[in-house]
Amino acid sequence: MPRPDYVAAIDQGTTSSRCIVFDQAGHIVSVAQREHRQIFPRPGWVEHDAAEIWQAVQGVLADALGGLDGQIAALGITNQRETTVLWDRATGQPVCPAIVWQDTRTAPLTHALAEHEQLFKEKAGLPLTTYFSGPKIRWLLDEHPGLRERAERGEVLFGTMDSWLLWNLTGRHITDVTNASRTMLMNIHTLAWDEELLAALDVPRAMLPEIRPSAEIYGRTRGGFPVASALGDQQAALFGQTCFAPGETKSTYGSGSFLLMNTGHEPVVSKHGLLTTVGYQIGDTPATYALEGAIAVTGSLVQWLRDNLGLISSAAEIETLAKTVDDNGGCYFVPAFSGLFAPHWRSDARGVIAGLTGFVTKGHIARAVLEATAWQTREVVDAMNADSGLDLTTLRADGGMTANNLLMQTLADVLAVPVIRPMVSETTALGAAYAAGLATGYWPDIDSLRANWHKAAEWRPAIDETAREQEYRNWKKAVARTLDWVEQ
Amino acid sequence: MGETIQSVERAAAILRLLASGPRQLGVAELARALGLPKGTLHGILRTLVRVGFVEQDPATGKYRLGATLLHLGSSYLDVNELRTRAINWADALAGRSRESAWIGTLHEGHVLVIHHVFRPDDSMQTLQVGTYLPTHASALGKVLLAYDPYGETLVPLQPHTKNTIADPGLLETELELVRTRGWAAEMEELTEGEVAIAAPIKDSRGIVVGAIGIRGAVERLAPEGVLHMEFVSYVRDAARAITRDLAR
Repeated sequence: MPRPDYVAAIDQGTTSSRCIVFDQAGHIVSVAQREHRQIFPRPGWVEHDAAEIWQAVQGVLADALGGLDGQIAALGITNQRETTVLWDRATGQPVCPAIVWQDTRTAPLTHALAEHEQLFKEKAGLPLTTYFSGPKIRWLLDEHPGLRERAERGEVLFGTMDSWLLWNLTGRHITDVTNASRTMLMNIHTLAWDEELLAALDVPRAMLPEIRPSAEIYGRTRGGFPVASALGDQQAALFGQTCFAPGETKSTYGSGSFLLMNTGHEPVVSKHGLLTTVGYQIGDTPATYALEGAIAVTGSLVQWLRDNLGLISSAAEIETLAKTVDDNGGCYFVPAFSGLFAPHWRSDARGVIAGLTGFVTKGHIARAVLEATAWQTREVVDAMNADSGLDLTTLRADGGMTANNLLMQTLADVLAVPVIRPMVSETTALGAAYAAGLATGYWPDIDSLRANWHKAAEWRPAIDETAREQEYRNWKKAVARTLDWVEQ
Repeated sequence: MGETIQSVERAAAILRLLASGPRQLGVAELARALGLPKGTLHGILRTLVRVGFVEQDPATGKYRLGATLLHLGSSYLDVNELRTRAINWADALAGRSRESAWIGTLHEGHVLVIHHVFRPDDSMQTLQVGTYLPTHASALGKVLLAYDPYGETLVPLQPHTKNTIADPGLLETELELVRTRGWAAEMEELTEGEVAIAAPIKDSRGIVVGAIGIRGAVERLAPEGVLHMEFVSYVRDAARAITRDLAR
C-alpha cells in the first residue's frame, strides 16, 4: 500500500485561524482552530495584531499536522481579504496594528479621492469604498510620522494576510494575484501594480510585494514541505466549489453573503454595481476573472431577530418559526441596516418592514427574514447575468445557512434555478488545498478536482413564474421604501 | 377534589417562593414566609436539591432554583437545531460510506426525515426532507422506538415487503436487540433490495432525540445478506460525534 499523504490549508479568517488537512478525495482528515483578538480602539475602527495571528497560525499548523509529519504534500493559504499589515523588513515585526477590512476609518479619505472614482473602477475594477487595502495603507502612512520615508526606502513593507504569512513561512515578500486585486493598486487587466493607481493613492512602490499566481511553489516551510497556494477567502471558496467554467457561480451564506461568478479569461467591468476581481491564476496559465456581489446583511438578520427581538433562541429556530405559517402574509423585510450594497450601493437607505397588517404574526416576519436573503441574492444574480451575458443555471451554495432547508428551497423558488449544496462544506479551505495540490502535482488536473465534488443536496424551483414575478414586484416596492432615509 | 399530598404542596410553595424574586433565600426566611418549622423544610429542600430543582449556594448556604428546573420547560430539541448541529457529521458519514445519510425524529408515530444527504455518486436523487418513514420498517424508526419512553407504534404493523416485521411480539424482540447492541438494522423490510443501518443521537441528558443512519443497496451494504460491520461503525461513529457535540 502506498504511504498516504495529504494536503493542508491554512484558513486565516477574520475571527480565527484554522488549519485543515485533506486527503486525496477531498475529505477532512484533521482540523485545528485558534481565535485571535478583535481590537476596537474607537467606534468604526477594527484592528488585529498581526504578530498574534502569526502565533495562532503556527499553533494550528502544529495542532493539525501533529502525527502527520512527512506526509504533507503541500500547504495552501486562504485569508480574510483586504486587511492591511505593515512590517519592518529588518526585524520582521509589525510596525502598527493591522487595519481590518471592516474598519471604516478611511471613509473621509475615500470621499477625498472621489475625483479618481472612474480610474479605480476602470483599472482596479473596484468601487471607492472603505474595504480595500490601498486607502488603509495611505491612512497609516499619513498618520504615523516617519513611516512614509521608511516605506519609500523599502524598510517598511506592506502585505495583506496572505503576504504576511508567506513572509513568515518562506521569507519572501510576495502576494497572490487575487489578494492583490483587492488593494486598488493593481491593474486588473495587466495584473501588475499600476503607476497611476499608486499615484492616486500616494503609496510608494518600494513597500509592495511581488505579485505571483495563486498556485505555484512559493517556497518551503522550515518543516520542509512546499507552500504552494494563496487565495482570498471568497476566491478560495469559488475554487473549492470547482466553479472552473464561465457562468459557474457560488454563494457563501454567512453573516453577510458573497456571490462570485466565474467570467473566464477577460475581466468584465460591471455596469450593474458589481465588482471585478481575479478569481484565480494557476501557475503561468492565464488568470480567471470573477464578478463579485456582496450582500451586507443575510445571516446577521437572523441573529438580529434572535438577539435584538428575542423571537427565537437559536438561529436554527428561524426555520421552525417560519414554518408555523405558509407564506409571508404580505410582509417584506429589507435589512438595509447600513445602507444597501450590491447592486444598489445606496448609503442613504435604512431597513424597512413593509406591508404590515393586523394579520401579520412573528411567523410571517420569520418568513420575510429568510426571503430577504433570497431576494437580495436574486438582485445580485440578475446583475451578474446582465453584466456577463451568461445565464446562471445552478447556484452552488455553501456556508452555515445552507443547513436551513426552507431558505434553500426559497432560494431555488426565487432564482428559478436549482440550488446545490456540496458534500464538503469547508469550501474555503478546500479551495486553497486544491490550488496547492495542483501546483505540486498531488492532483493532476482540474478534472480530478471536479471528480471530487459531490452534491449533498439539491433544491429545485417549486413555484410558478406568475407567483415569482408578483413577489419580486413586492420586494422591489419594499426596497424603494428604504431609500432617501438618511439625510446627507 | 380528591386527596392531596401535603409535602408535594409544600415543595410547590417553596419553588414558587424561590421563583418570585431574584434573591436567594435561607432556611430561616423560607420558614418565616411559609409558617413551617425549619426541620420540615430541611427534608423537602434536601429532596428538591437531589432532583436538581433547587440549588444551594455553597458560599452563603442559601437556596435558589436549580438548572434542571429551568430547562424542564425547554427540553425539546428543535429539529432544525438538530440538523444544524449534525450537518457536518452527516456529510462525513455519506462521504465515508458512499451511501445516502439520513436523520430522523419521531413524529406522531412516524419517522420524520429531518435531514438527507445524497449518495455521493452524482446520480439523480430527490431530497426527502419532510417525508415520513414507518417506524417498524426502518432502521431509524427501530432506534427511535427502542429508546422511546412512550413506545408509540401504529398498530396494526403494516407489511411493506415479505421481510417486514408485522408481529408486535417479534418487533419487541427486535427492539430489545437494538437496545442491547446500540444500533438497528433493517434488511429489505421497507423496500426490496435496500438495507439500512441507524444509531441513536442523544442530548446532554442522555435522552435520545433522533437517529442517524445510512441506506443503500443490499449488494453493497450486506452482500450475501450479512451486514458489513465497517458500515455499522461509520454510523455509530457519526451518532457518537453528534451526541458529543450536543453535550457541549
